[in-house]
Amino acid sequence: MSRVIVNRVRKGLYLDSVALMRFSRSIAGLAGVEEAALMMGTPANLGILVEAGLLDGAGEHAKGGDLVIAVRARDGDSADAAVAKAGELLDQPRLTRGETAAWRPRTLRAALNQVPEATLALISVPGDFAAAEARKAIRRGLDAMIFSDNVPLADEVALKREARDLGRLVMGPDCGTAIINGVPLAFANRVPSGAVGIIGASGTGIQEVSCLIARNGAGISHAIGVGGRDLSEAVGGISTLRALDMLARDPASERVVLISKPPAPEVSARVLEKLSGIGKPATVCFVGAPPMAMPANAVQAFTLREAALRSVGVSGETPPPALPPVPTIAPGRREIRGLFSGGTLCAEAQAVMLAGKIAVASNAPIPGAAPASTGAAESLLLDMGDDSYTRGRPHPMIDPEVRDDAVRQAMADPSVAVILADIVLGFGAHGDPAGHLARAVRAAGGAERALLIASVTGTEADPQIRSVQIAKLEEAGILVAPSNADAARWACEAVQR
Amino acid sequence: MSEMSEKPKTELLDRPLMVVNIGLESFAADLRAEGAGVVHVDWAPPAAGDPELAALLAKLGA
Amino acid sequence: MNDIAGRIETANREALGRMIAGDPVLVDVIPAAEAIPSLQDRMILHAGPPVDWERMCGPMRGAVAGIAVFEGWAPDLETANRMAGEGAFDFRPNHHFDAVGPMTGMTTISQPVMVVENRAFGNRAYCTINEGLGKVMRFGGNDAEVLDRLRWLRDGFGPAMGRALRSGEGIPLKPLVARGLTMGDEMHQRNVGCTGLMLRALSPAMAASAGDLDGLARALAFIGGNDQFFLNIAMAMGKAIMDPVRDIEASTIVTAMSRNGTEFGIRVSGTGDTWFTAPVEMPEGLYFPGFTEADANPDMGDSTIVETVGLGGFAMGAAPAVAGFVGAGTASEAANFTRSMAEITLGENPEWTIPAMDYRGVPSGIDIRLVVETGLAPTINTGIAHREPGIGQVGAGVVRAPLACFHQALRAFADRMGVS
Repeated sequence: MSRVIVNRVRKGLYLDSVALMRFSRSIAGLAGVEEAALMMGTPANLGILVEAGLLDGAGEHAKGGDLVIAVRARDGDSADAAVAKAGELLDQPRLTRGETAAWRPRTLRAALNQVPEATLALISVPGDFAAAEARKAIRRGLDAMIFSDNVPLADEVALKREARDLGRLVMGPDCGTAIINGVPLAFANRVPSGAVGIIGASGTGIQEVSCLIARNGAGISHAIGVGGRDLSEAVGGISTLRALDMLARDPASERVVLISKPPAPEVSARVLEKLSGIGKPATVCFVGAPPMAMPANAVQAFTLREAALRSVGVSGETPPPALPPVPTIAPGRREIRGLFSGGTLCAEAQAVMLAGKIAVASNAPIPGAAPASTGAAESLLLDMGDDSYTRGRPHPMIDPEVRDDAVRQAMADPSVAVILADIVLGFGAHGDPAGHLARAVRAAGGAERALLIASVTGTEADPQIRSVQIAKLEEAGILVAPSNADAARWACEAVQR
Repeated sequence: MSEMSEKPKTELLDRPLMVVNIGLESFAADLRAEGAGVVHVDWAPPAAGDPELAALLAKLGA
Repeated sequence: MNDIAGRIETANREALGRMIAGDPVLVDVIPAAEAIPSLQDRMILHAGPPVDWERMCGPMRGAVAGIAVFEGWAPDLETANRMAGEGAFDFRPNHHFDAVGPMTGMTTISQPVMVVENRAFGNRAYCTINEGLGKVMRFGGNDAEVLDRLRWLRDGFGPAMGRALRSGEGIPLKPLVARGLTMGDEMHQRNVGCTGLMLRALSPAMAASAGDLDGLARALAFIGGNDQFFLNIAMAMGKAIMDPVRDIEASTIVTAMSRNGTEFGIRVSGTGDTWFTAPVEMPEGLYFPGFTEADANPDMGDSTIVETVGLGGFAMGAAPAVAGFVGAGTASEAANFTRSMAEITLGENPEWTIPAMDYRGVPSGIDIRLVVETGLAPTINTGIAHREPGIGQVGAGVVRAPLACFHQALRAFADRMGVS
C-alpha cells in the first residue's frame, strides 16, 4: 500500500509552538492518518519534517514565517480530509472578550504605549528570535525573562553583557520558572510569600525547593531563574551576580538559596565571593558537586531537599522518612529506571544514588554518572525534557504522553526493579499529570511488576492540588515519597534489601 | 569597574510587576488569572520569517 | 546602538518634525498652467506612479480620452483614443509636478487647480476640484455631461472660488481638519463635516465677490451637494505637508503613497524620488446594491496621500461610521485600525487628535522598517470604482498597501546606506 504525503503551506500565518502541538495531535488522530504535524517552516523544523517522512515538494518551499501542514496517510482521501480539517482548525475565529474585538499589540513597542509602567518582558518565542526581543526590552528599561530554549550561546553572552552595562536583569534563556513579588511566572507554583529568596539555574530545581519550603511553613520573597548556562565559563554568571545584588538589597529577602548544577570553577569562585558580601545567610546547592569551601555566611546542601530544610532553619541532620513496607522485589529484577520530566530532579536523583553507592547511567549524567549509551548500569535515569526527546514534541511537563509511554515500556521490562517518576504541578504544567500516570500504570496491568515510586513537586494551592494528585497515584499502587530526594533514596533502599 | 559607583537598578523587585508577554498565550492567561498585570503581544517572526529582510532590519536598527 | 541606527533615528526625527510643523493653507484656485509652469500642451498628468497607455486601466483610458477632447487636442473620443495609442500625449504622474488627483487624477493645462501653501516651508501643492458623484471624469466618465461640467469648473466655479480665496488671508487647513476629526470625518471616505466647515468658510467671501446671483447659487449648491468636496483639498494639503519631508538622507519615512489602477507606488524620504511599485490589491469592502466584486476596478488614485499624513484609514478611530461603510467591522473595531497603524508609525500628530481614543494623536510618520518587521501594511479607506469607464463608485472598502513595495524600499534603502 502506498502512503500519501500531503503538505499545505499557509503563508505568513504564525502560531505558537503549544498551539501547533495541540492541532498536530488532533490531526494525527484522524482516520487513516499515520502521522501529522503543523509546524512553522523554519529550516530546523523542515529538517524535522523530512526526518519524520512528512515533507513534500510544497512544504519544502515554506519560509520561517509560514505555517506548514504536513500529513502522511494511508490513502489520498484520508490525507486530504486531514489537511482540510487542519485548515478548519486554523481558521476558527479567535475568542473575543466582550463585544469589542480586543486589540492585541503586535510589538513590544506598541505594548509599551499601552502600559508604559511595564517592568518585565516574558519571552517565549522560538529561540532564534528570543535574544532580539530581550534586547529590545532591556534597551527600553525592562528586565527580561527568556523562557525560550535553543537560544544560541553567543546571543546569550552578548545579551547578558549588554544587560550588565545597562544595569538590567536577564532571566534565562531556558528559564522555566520565576516568582517575582509573589507572582508565579511561567512554570511556577503557588507558594506563600515569605523571607527566602531563591536564585536558580534550573526551573524544576526552583520548583522543588520553593514547594518544600512552603510545605515547611515558610515562604518565598522572590525566585529568580538565571537560565541553565548562566554559570558556564562563557557566560560567567552575569545574571547570577545581578540576582545576588538584587536580593542583597531586597528588604523582604532575609536568606538566600542558590541552586544550580556545578558551575565552571572560575565562575563558582566569583559567585561565592559575591555571596560572601551580601550580608545575609545563604544555602548553596550545586547538585552533583562534591563538598566545597563555602564563605562564612553560607552552608552547602547536597540535595534540593536539604537546601529547602536548611533555608527554613531546619538542620540537615533531620532524619529523612524511611521506606514504607513494600513487597520483596522478584529475582531477576535489578535495575532502577528513572523517568523524569524535570532535569534537576533527574540530577538530584543521580546524586542521591551515587551517594548510596549505586552505579548510575543517564542521558544527562552528573559527575560520576555514565552516559546512557553505556548500558548495564544498576540504574538508568532519564531526563525526558532533554532536547533529544523534545525535538518536535512537547515537553513532558506539558504533555505527559511521552513519559507515560516510557513508563509502559519500563513496566514491560522484566529486568526493571523500581520505576521512579516525578510529578510536577503548578502553572503551565499539565492539568492532571498524576491521573495520566495512574491510567498508564493501571492499563499496563500485570500482577507481578516493578515497584513504582513517585514524588509530587507542588503545593495544596496549586491548580492541580497536591493532595488530590497524591491520592490518584496511591490508588494506582504508586508509592509517593515526600520529596524527589526521598523517592530516589527509597529506590536505593528497595533494591539494596 | 566598581559596582559601588553604579546606581543599582532593582526596580523589578521594588515596583508592582507588570508583564509584557511575548510568545505563549497561556502564560498571559495564567498571569491574568492570578490578578497580575499583563499585556499579551501577538508576536510573529520579524519580516514573516524572511531571513534576508530580518537581517537587514537588524542592521538598520529596527 | 550602531552608527547607522543612530543616523536613521536622527533623520527620522527631522522628518517627523517637518510633518508636524507643516502649516497648510488653502490660498487660491488658478489654471493648472499658471500653477505648474512646466505643464505643457498635450501633457496629461495622472494619478499614481508612472504608467503608459498600454497598461492603463479602463477608467483611466476613458478619462484620458475625455480630457484630450476637453483640451481640444482631439475632436472626439475615438480620435483621442487613437492618438493616445500612437503616443501623441505625454503621460506623467501628478506627483512629479507638485500635484495630486483622486482616482484617474487627470490634470491638464486649462483645468482649475486648488492651491495649498505650506506656510512653514513655503512650498505649494495642487489638486483639481472634486466634480461630485456619479458620472465624472474621476471615474473615467468622458461624455458631454462630464465635459460640460469641467467647462463650468474652468470658467465659472473655479474662478469664483479663486476670487473668494484671494480676497482673504487663505483658509488654514490644520484646525479645520482637527474639527472634522471631532465630527466623525477621516478625510478619505468621509469628508461631510469638513465640507460643511469649508462651505461656511468660503460662502461669505464667495457671496461678496460674486458676479451674479445665479452663478453664486450654483456654486454654493455645488459645494453643498457634494459630501466629498473636501477630499481634494485634503489631498492637496497632504501633498503640501509631505513634500518638505522628501529627500532627507537616512530617513525611512514614507513621503508618498499612490496608485494608478495598475500599480501601487510608494516613495521614501531617504531614497529620494524612486518609486517602489507592486501590483495594486483589491479592496475588501461593501458594494452598493446591484454591484459586486466582479464590477470593481483595481485600486486607483493619489488620495492615499491622506493616509500618508495620518488620516483616512489611520484615523478610523475618529470615524466609527466609516468602519461599517467600508466593511471594516463594527464601530467599536474602528479604533483598532488606528492602534494597528500606530505599530508602523513613529509618532502622533498632537494637533489632530481623536476624542474617542482619549485624544491620542493620529499615527504619523510611516516607517518602512516597522512595516517590514510587523508585516502590517498601511490600511487605506478607499472608494471602489466600476471597471467600466464613467459609471462611477460602486462601493467602498479597506485596501492595504502591498508589502512588496516596502520590501523593495527597504532593500534599496539598505543599499544606499551601504548595508547588505
